[in-house]
Amino acid sequence: MGIEADIKKRYDGFLLDVSFKCDSKRIGILGASGCGKTQTLKAVAGLVRPDEGRIVLDGRVLFDKKTKTDTGPGKRGIGYLFQNYALFPNMTVEGNIRAALKGAARGSREYAGNTAERIMEDFGLKDLRSHFPHELSGGQQQRTALARMFACDPGLLLLDEPFSAMDTFMREALRLELIHILDQYDKNFIMVSHDRDEIYQMCDHLLLMEEGRVIARGPVNEIFEHPSTTSAARLTGCKNISRIERLDDHRFRALDWKGIILTTDRRIGEDIRYAGIRAHDLMPGEGEVNIIPTGHVRISALPFEWYVITECGLWWKIPKTLSEYDAHDAVPGYIRIAPEKILLMDR
Amino acid sequence: MDLFPLYNSLRIAFISTLIVLILGVAAAYLVVHMPRFIRGILDSLFTLPLVLPPTVVGYLLLLLLGAKRPFGGWFLRVFGLRLTMNWWSAVFATSVIIFPLMYRTSRGAFEAFDRTYEQAGQTLGLGSLYIFFRIVLPCCKAGIIAGIVLSFARALGEYGATMMISGYTPGRTATISTTVYQMWRTDNDALALKWVLVNMAISTVILLAINIVEGRQDIFHPKSHAHPDRQGNE
Repeated sequence: MGIEADIKKRYDGFLLDVSFKCDSKRIGILGASGCGKTQTLKAVAGLVRPDEGRIVLDGRVLFDKKTKTDTGPGKRGIGYLFQNYALFPNMTVEGNIRAALKGAARGSREYAGNTAERIMEDFGLKDLRSHFPHELSGGQQQRTALARMFACDPGLLLLDEPFSAMDTFMREALRLELIHILDQYDKNFIMVSHDRDEIYQMCDHLLLMEEGRVIARGPVNEIFEHPSTTSAARLTGCKNISRIERLDDHRFRALDWKGIILTTDRRIGEDIRYAGIRAHDLMPGEGEVNIIPTGHVRISALPFEWYVITECGLWWKIPKTLSEYDAHDAVPGYIRIAPEKILLMDR
Repeated sequence: MDLFPLYNSLRIAFISTLIVLILGVAAAYLVVHMPRFIRGILDSLFTLPLVLPPTVVGYLLLLLLGAKRPFGGWFLRVFGLRLTMNWWSAVFATSVIIFPLMYRTSRGAFEAFDRTYEQAGQTLGLGSLYIFFRIVLPCCKAGIIAGIVLSFARALGEYGATMMISGYTPGRTATISTTVYQMWRTDNDALALKWVLVNMAISTVILLAINIVEGRQDIFHPKSHAHPDRQGNE
């Protein structure tokens, strides 16, 4: 699939100015809430009309301000999975699916009836056909929404934070089920989320968004391994970021971590201003380089982890079991960070 | 007791509620989908009859419909029909008076309605008529029914504008409210009281009906989608 978008839209005190081109099958858009990611998705779907720009999907121009092209949302061949699934509350499961078939305007009543039967069969909804949406569990709602969307046979799916309304317990199960269904039907999708785990798990290609703009894009692993800016580092879950003072090509002083001096194996360019350390990359231990005394630590307990903040302000996590209560034995006197694990960023 | 005023009041209220049901719901749906600036202007305009004294509404209507006024005069010349002083003239008056009630209650229902359902319909290729009649209206049913009942109740009690446009002619244009005033003015206290009781009885029944409707408003409430009890019980 190839999608190309270059759009601008002005809101009260907010400018959406998004430009990206991407050939990946599974695209993720990651950003904090209010960064414009949902508006971007809605523009691609045709639910929001950009002030200027163009959107091209697989060589088909869906929107172009200059030529006044604006394909209606129903004719773009795009399915949209809404945050709360948006199942029509006044229709049963079967009614919802049949409504979609009516929209797709294909053939006879009989054909629609048969297709609805087949789709309900595929998604395991036959027994629920006469249930109303409010009578369904989260998982059943998701399946119904997917079934309804697939009834129109879209070429691209847009997933708008599909699990955000669900509690944590359900979320994991729903995500796995969604991945399974998407694999099975081999659909292209763009997913929007503020949850980096979700994006990492489901997407190949990543766009990072902040304040209405795309700040980084590329293959998911690459962006997670080498975020080029502090915003990108934060969005991909880096807890420790410090301003630095460059000492030489491989050494710097971390100004926000009580001035500790660290060594990296990458050359520190003249323009590098920040360093980052992921909480997971910190290891207990002695050694030659990058040894950091833990000193007086602050600790808070989670069921399976201790959050530790060292004296110099570094965030760290130590795995634990449920039955451990005393953290002080678990916190070593020194921790270290491997030189290749330090992130370097220019802004 | 001559029951003509009851019959007349009911038919006027019924017809004007029907008119306002169509106009008010359509106006509400349009206004909700307008850009903010236009929405503000239209909203004030549509709500105006609610705050104006009914006599002012009556006066304005007479400016339009009166036999000596341009439009009313033209209508009389062309169709030979006077637009004022008939029983059905009161329909003009009550329709204008109750329009804001229907408009505002249905606007409230449309505003509370989650727009993502409409957007979902659009992405599924459904036409706007289908979306309006098969998705939006059924989901906003309770609010609109409440609007109908409220408008009907207000139409039954309309006095000021009706009096100015239809006057009081026993057996022709008399309504319950104009009759009460006329009976009281002519010292026929007993009859005035009878009509007062009739009016109160009808109004009470209507208000009870509103309460029943509002009690059932949550049937299709989208909130139930995220209800914790509904999750994880597959």
